[in-house]
Amino acid sequence: MQTRPYFLTLLFLLLAIALSVAVGSVFIPPADLWRVLTGRPPQEVTQAAAILLDLRLPRTALLLLTGAALGGSGAAYQGLFRNPLADPYLIGVASGAGLGAVAAMSLGWPYTTLGLLAVPLAAFLCALLTVALVYSLARLGRTVPTTNLILAGVAFSSFATALTSFLMLRSQDEVRRALAWLLGGGSVAGWGAVLAMLPYVAAGLAGLLLSGHTLNLLQFGDDQAAQMGLPVTRAKTLVLVAASLATAAAVAFSGIIGFLGLIVPHLMRLWFGADHRRLLPLSVLGGAGFLLVADVLARIVLAPQELPVGIVTALVGAPFFLWVLRRAKGQGIW
Amino acid sequence: MLKIVNLSVSYGPRRVLKDVSLDVGSGEVLALIGPNGAGKSTLVRAASGVVPVEAGSVRTNGDDLLRLPAMERARRLAVVPQAVALPPAFSVWETVLLGRTPYLNFLGQVSARDEELARSALARVDALDLAGRRVGELSGGEQQRVLLARALAQATPILLLDEPTASLDLHYQVSFLETLRSLARSGQLAVLIALHDLNLAARFADRLALLVDGNVQAAGTPHQVLTPELISQAYHLPVSVVPHPLADAPLVLPD
Repeated sequence: MQTRPYFLTLLFLLLAIALSVAVGSVFIPPADLWRVLTGRPPQEVTQAAAILLDLRLPRTALLLLTGAALGGSGAAYQGLFRNPLADPYLIGVASGAGLGAVAAMSLGWPYTTLGLLAVPLAAFLCALLTVALVYSLARLGRTVPTTNLILAGVAFSSFATALTSFLMLRSQDEVRRALAWLLGGGSVAGWGAVLAMLPYVAAGLAGLLLSGHTLNLLQFGDDQAAQMGLPVTRAKTLVLVAASLATAAAVAFSGIIGFLGLIVPHLMRLWFGADHRRLLPLSVLGGAGFLLVADVLARIVLAPQELPVGIVTALVGAPFFLWVLRRAKGQGIW
Repeated sequence: MLKIVNLSVSYGPRRVLKDVSLDVGSGEVLALIGPNGAGKSTLVRAASGVVPVEAGSVRTNGDDLLRLPAMERARRLAVVPQAVALPPAFSVWETVLLGRTPYLNFLGQVSARDEELARSALARVDALDLAGRRVGELSGGEQQRVLLARALAQATPILLLDEPTASLDLHYQVSFLETLRSLARSGQLAVLIALHDLNLAARFADRLALLVDGNVQAAGTPHQVLTPELISQAYHLPVSVVPHPLADAPLVLPD
């Protein structure tokens, strides 16, 4: 097994974590950081310790999980649909999950323990429903043409987004929170959110990390995959459920963060090859690192004001997306 | 070795295969010929379990392949599809190793023996030197060889091929079919190959089966099947059949 890709990506992630913890409206010197983390905070750094433990670390952890989930599920969707343009955002899964989450919020389920469980669950169910709906709408006989899939996804996405706005306007009190949430960011961070998110992301990513071989086979089409011995329907369902679980958890806790799920797998494929057994874990690590860096940028560009991280990922992501679109015409990276 | 018994397939109300029965022995190459839309590809897909079958069975050694789980079936029967729309970024080596899937766990971890078999499969189609290349960089003929190697890596006694020579030039067509025939002989494989070109079919197959509108119109040696009457009728085109000047095979020429 080649270890260099893992080493590089892991190094990037560790640097991103360090940046994410150190940078903010209050700069915490690395030395203090170390002392706090090793549990020996001297008197003068108790304020730093409070910032670190109660605000920064949970935020970092939440974004890490979110980025990992989006990177991994983006790679899975691209592999599953055999389409370089597929990502949770484009085929409507994220918008569906957002609709579910806002619906749950507008019913007044707060971020109590029950709310922490209900919001991601609603997001997950809506994400699955969206996939099923978009997939069946795009289907022509036995095939699911890519253009149909994306058109159906974009159309449903607009519909779900409109419905989401409608729900948010109806439930006045929740609007601010929901809006801030929807733009993406660690605004609901806190250890409670991290713990509530963890099982969803862990289960989703575990399913995805086990699916590398399946996705490799599916690159040759359903027929060939079956002829090589893959139980196609069962395998595809597993990937779809796992990816939607991870996406839904990301959306439920961090809002809509576009383009990350598109970019990161492309970069990993470009640099480290198309083998999904490698591509999936690398996209998970890379996605986490990418989101943390985007969040650091979001915090410092207009400091002391914070940009929603979704804006930064889209600002970087949209030009990249256009570039991929151009390259996808040739043989390129796909 | 391979016994297709009364196979019927419908797409919606349209019956595409009607009670098709064919036998292919070990070491034998049976070419499936017939006009476009006669059901050749459907037969290959149905026999490999990827389109639902209305009635009939596909037997080998007493097993009905259609009733086996995909993985069990893939240990007995491998398919060489047409080399179109292959994922370009995979390497030849990764592609051929995927042929070992029916013997791997679901993580796809390969053993030294799997690698050994993949290497020997590549060697048998004369493509060992391609191993490190990306599939997208290869010519059509090379890609087709890689897919044959992938099927050989599946180590099955039965091989089905769906018009593998359709997009190859004459040189690649002949060398591909020569390779295939010698593999069938040396490995005692039962080979069923859908072919467009009647003359190549006559030249390289032991027997032919003529499929028209989902029915087996005729089956037998090239001389028995490639008669002016049968071919004219099947293709709605007047033809003459003349002997090959050098080999013992008929040649079909449109009038």
